[in-house]
Amino acid sequence: MTAEHAGRGPLAADELAAVIARDIPPGSYVNLGIGQPTKIADHLPDSGDGPPPVILHTENGMLGMGPAAHGGDIDPDLTNAGKVPVTELPGAAYFHHADSFAMMRGGHLDVCVLGAYQVSARGDLANWHTGEPGAIPAVGGAMDLAIGARDVYVMMTLFTPEGDSKLVAECTYPLTGVACVSRAYTDHAVFDIRPGGVRVLETWGITLAELRDRVPVPLGG
Amino acid sequence: MGRARVMGSVDEAVAGIEDGSTVLVGGFGLAGMPFGLVDGLIRQGAKDLTIVSNNAGNGDVGLAALLAAGQVRKVICSFPRQADSYVFDELYRAGKVELELVPQGNLAERMRAAGAGIGAFYCPTAVGTPLAEGKETREIDGRAYVLEYPIKAEYALVSAHRADTLGNLVYRKTARNFGPVMAAAARTTIVQVAEVVPAGALDPEAVVTPSIYVDRIVVAR
Repeated sequence: MTAEHAGRGPLAADELAAVIARDIPPGSYVNLGIGQPTKIADHLPDSGDGPPPVILHTENGMLGMGPAAHGGDIDPDLTNAGKVPVTELPGAAYFHHADSFAMMRGGHLDVCVLGAYQVSARGDLANWHTGEPGAIPAVGGAMDLAIGARDVYVMMTLFTPEGDSKLVAECTYPLTGVACVSRAYTDHAVFDIRPGGVRVLETWGITLAELRDRVPVPLGG
Repeated sequence: MGRARVMGSVDEAVAGIEDGSTVLVGGFGLAGMPFGLVDGLIRQGAKDLTIVSNNAGNGDVGLAALLAAGQVRKVICSFPRQADSYVFDELYRAGKVELELVPQGNLAERMRAAGAGIGAFYCPTAVGTPLAEGKETREIDGRAYVLEYPIKAEYALVSAHRADTLGNLVYRKTARNFGPVMAAAARTTIVQVAEVVPAGALDPEAVVTPSIYVDRIVVAR
């Protein structure tokens, strides 16, 4: 049964981050992709003085990553995947790159949250390259995360500035991973993506009926 | 090859790197980038190099300066395009440098395989994407994998925090990143450190890169 919140606008980025944070179980090991998903960290349960309830992995070799570093806390040897200076929390651990990606590929990460250009009805992900001539491709750790984490969540706006749905029948951008996304969290709705089809769990600023008009994918309620 | 030597200068440390060599360069963005050794390689002047590193240079320093000096024929990396990768961008668009784009975990694992004597390995990353095109694939236990080959190299340039006189290494925080993997993958591994201590002064339980992988050590920034 879809929870519809039609009497308001779509979610702001911070509100969407809070919705995703709410759905990450305590005790999880989680990787937050660069860009918008890093906002989710601000909404995870507070660690107090002890180890954090949700342990953040960063691909450049750390578990137990803390918030961004400021002022005198900035250490050039301690950065996140976006090369932003960060801090360490109690119980943190460092490791080299091959181990960091073995953690992904080996299925040890519970959840990763990635941005996306497009997600297909079967969970294909396109988030690394627009395929435009002249664009310099860069992939980083996106393909490794997409096939590695047990649950791959996407955080994105549902519509392009032109109004096209980014949840599509088939991705037209080059793929990052095949059938890997289990949930798409968007400003207008949360989509649960299973082999049996796509279900809408919750909407904001739009009804399920309106979504069915604008999203070219069969949507279960 | 044999025991590591502590060199008196960066120029001695990078002496003998031949034109056409494959050189692994540590670092993730600026963290762990062996700036002193890369500057030494610019003075040394070897040309037609294949550089393997996560990024393709930031700003005008490190790898960006090596690229600007016209010494690089090909870059193998995961994430060339960044806000401050203008040196690489310009050379790439002008067709003056070749790019092999590799998912970050494959970059690490292919070097790990080289260091560990593995002939090739089946990896699930990039299956069904443009980065797997033309590569051998195989289904194992119901899952598709891509055959990936090792990245071997003549030289590795690595930054560590501290070495002992035998060449045992410890790193600092996320500056460890590719260092241990690259140190094992290259025929000759050249390491810059902040400090060299007597053999026996590092806790053997805390050594990250054992001395057998290290050939030349120099104190540099």
